Amino acid sequence: MNAPAFNRRQFTAGFGALVVAFSLDSKLALGQERLPGSLQNNRRLDGWIRINADGTATVFTGKVELGQGILTTLKQIVAEELDLPLGRIRLISGDTGQTPDEGQTAGSQSVENSGTALRLAGAEVRAILLDLAAKRLGVSAEQLAVADGVIAAPDGRQMSYGDLVTDLELNREASAKVAPKPPAKYKIVGKSVARSDIPAKVTGGMSFVQDIRLPGTLHGRVVRPPRYGSTLDGVDEGAVRAMPGIVTVVRDGSFLGVIAEREEQAIKAREALRKSAKWTLGPELPDPARLFDVLKSLPSKDATIGVKQGSVPADARRFEAVYTKPYMSHASIGPSCAVAEFKDGKVTVWTHSQGVFPLRAELAKTLKLPPAAIRCVHIEGSGCYGHNGADDVAADAALLARAVPGRPVRLQWMRDDEFGWEPYGPAMMMRAKAALGSDGKIADWEYEVWSNSHSTRPQSTNGTNVLAAWYLAEPQKMGPPTSPPQPAGGGDRNAIPLYEFPSQRVIHHFVQDMPIRVSALRTLGAYANVFALESFMDELAAAAGGDPVAFRLAHMKDPRARAVIEAVAKKAAWKEGEKGDGTRGRGIGFAKYKNLACYVAVVAEVEVDRGNGTVRVPRTWAAVDSGLIINPDGLINQIEGGIVQSVSWTLKEEVRFDPGGILTRDWASYPILTMPESPAVEIELINRPGERPLGAGEGSQGPAVAAVANAFAHATGKRIRDLPLHPERVKAALG
Amino acid sequence: MAINLKVNGVSSSVPAEPDTPLLYVLRNDLELNGAKFGCGLAQCGACTVLIDGKATPSCVTPISAVAASEITTIEGLGSIANPHPLQTAFIEEQAAQCGYCTNGMIMAAKELLDRNPQPNEADVRAALASNLCRCGTHNRIIRAVLRAARTNGRT
Repeated sequence: MNAPAFNRRQFTAGFGALVVAFSLDSKLALGQERLPGSLQNNRRLDGWIRINADGTATVFTGKVELGQGILTTLKQIVAEELDLPLGRIRLISGDTGQTPDEGQTAGSQSVENSGTALRLAGAEVRAILLDLAAKRLGVSAEQLAVADGVIAAPDGRQMSYGDLVTDLELNREASAKVAPKPPAKYKIVGKSVARSDIPAKVTGGMSFVQDIRLPGTLHGRVVRPPRYGSTLDGVDEGAVRAMPGIVTVVRDGSFLGVIAEREEQAIKAREALRKSAKWTLGPELPDPARLFDVLKSLPSKDATIGVKQGSVPADARRFEAVYTKPYMSHASIGPSCAVAEFKDGKVTVWTHSQGVFPLRAELAKTLKLPPAAIRCVHIEGSGCYGHNGADDVAADAALLARAVPGRPVRLQWMRDDEFGWEPYGPAMMMRAKAALGSDGKIADWEYEVWSNSHSTRPQSTNGTNVLAAWYLAEPQKMGPPTSPPQPAGGGDRNAIPLYEFPSQRVIHHFVQDMPIRVSALRTLGAYANVFALESFMDELAAAAGGDPVAFRLAHMKDPRARAVIEAVAKKAAWKEGEKGDGTRGRGIGFAKYKNLACYVAVVAEVEVDRGNGTVRVPRTWAAVDSGLIINPDGLINQIEGGIVQSVSWTLKEEVRFDPGGILTRDWASYPILTMPESPAVEIELINRPGERPLGAGEGSQGPAVAAVANAFAHATGKRIRDLPLHPERVKAALG
Repeated sequence: MAINLKVNGVSSSVPAEPDTPLLYVLRNDLELNGAKFGCGLAQCGACTVLIDGKATPSCVTPISAVAASEITTIEGLGSIANPHPLQTAFIEEQAAQCGYCTNGMIMAAKELLDRNPQPNEADVRAALASNLCRCGTHNRIIRAVLRAARTNGRT
């Protein structure tokens, strides 16, 4: 093999062998001074950084690599503050046996939380090292120079970080009082450092949890019911046990799985179990034709947010529009996978979960084990884009492995497991109303959004939040779903306009009952809210006889928002008042993600085939302000990936179901954007070294959907308010 | 049952039934990580390998059908120390986010460059039409393949 082989020894030390000194309980922090970022709940310096005798540093983060390049970015931040070359930093991420608990890697918050902690911890550790060196060298710390982990006195005497470890005591609370470097002195931050994981990924190296190959590994598969809430009445276990290579069939209530010596044997046994299983079916799903009526009819918790009281002129013209977004799948290319091994009453789970500590808490409930007996170790999986099957498959693998102590069980879901059982991004409905004054400006704005929860992740509610637990002989239940509060919000994320309207109200109807399983999909509610809000802005601009760019600027004071709108208009050579020609057009969309992260404006060009109803997006442009830029190419990769993914969501994606169950089971029933269909993307970055870095992993999806929807309306003169813009809908709109 | 397979120039006997999809034998018996399970339905391209030079989904190819074939996986193209121009180009263009589809992209591109050493952008898009990417790295992948084509032309 070309790449470093998976080394079991590196994972065997995690149960108590290391003394992990940071606080795992946020309650312990009560009464203490608030520390920035993730230092708040993980206050010990050596929980983040240790200096080794060979002059290298071992750095710990609770955040995990999801394909977004975060580990490279975090390494840059800590290398910069420590004055160490990137090559001398070993980063350990997401391991309940070794790293800080930073919850979920989600919401574009890794740079803000883990990055802040590592920046401050790095600056402090460097200062401690300098103090030690100053004492040894008999000079003041201010006289010392540092480069690449070597400290030099004015007289030329030198000392490496490794020389100081015998006196170095980092088992102490971070003060967060040492000022990090000013951006003007950055040598590593701000550079497009190449991702360290890519060489293995292009040569067949060990890169993914799917690639873990422990000695004696068995292969598991699970059999899920025909639809949610079904109970297993019977199954012919004996016939399956007699099949070649079958080690055992595992049944616990309605949870059903199989373990085999070989993977293909497990797959055949799964099929045999599926055919012989008899189920009492759970409740029917809603009729998709009435979905939004059903959602609106369910009880909701209503919150009024973003209120501005202003007088509305009596002669203002009133407008109203309703927009919808369907259920969407994470649709990871690789189905979720985990490896689990029980040994001496303890279990280790290798997982691509976005949060190893929250997962451990759910496994403790599911397996009825103390958390200390469970170790969850993050290894990358296929990109997840939110809460997909990662946590569920980890629970499945642990339940199977419990039946064969001493043997690791590798379980990868089949394609239909992933599409049929992952928690989808929720369907949403948005109703916007506005009044337009005689001055051509918006005088009043009223907006309502109906949505299920956007997070049923592990530990997001009480109860147990992994799929298998709900089907055990002693079933455990999920607690009532919750919604993250404003300003970040869940279904109401980005529901409050950033524009200056004299009078406005936003109402979030949070619908707790979930007829279809849902959770976090990249951007939560922001994709749908920005689609609705920015589509309505264009509708109002047209009613006011204004150009979309000029109309937005006329309602926008925030200078950073104005800057990205103006920059993308310039980059795309936007022509004020340009008309669509029936098949081709352009549109713009803007958002400040979560109203507190990066600013992104996108212009999209569409081509509409009026005969077959196909919409193409050949080109897009974007302007981005995410504050201080850590890694420009990494930022571009995230923003352009977000645009392409959003174009896919917008043109094609919709989970299919009927009352009998989920119909989306494969790529034929859930097509996504293909290589010939993907748009060109040109991006302009606005670097602001004086501003803090802002999360960007989810910044472009909202602006992109709005740009495409507005471009369609610009091209054809017809507005589509229901996603996706698939051919039947386009043909219906064009009559 | 045991069947003899020739993978990356090396013959091995694998203890699997004749109807076993090649993918599981590559991954579990020959311990080759490159080809990935994506769908098992020949719909996504993550498991692509070359069978006698032709890009083929290994997830639906029974080993009995390829016993007399030359099978090439991404490990057979090159290594970190000695990469194939396509592998180098994917690194230089940083043409991945999660990288799960990358194997299939490179193997489909290999077949393209073997039959058309100087493709244009439309050729590349068409050749990779049945390989799905979810992270949105499409443009980087296209640039990487075109870069590899230029490199090949010089050497």
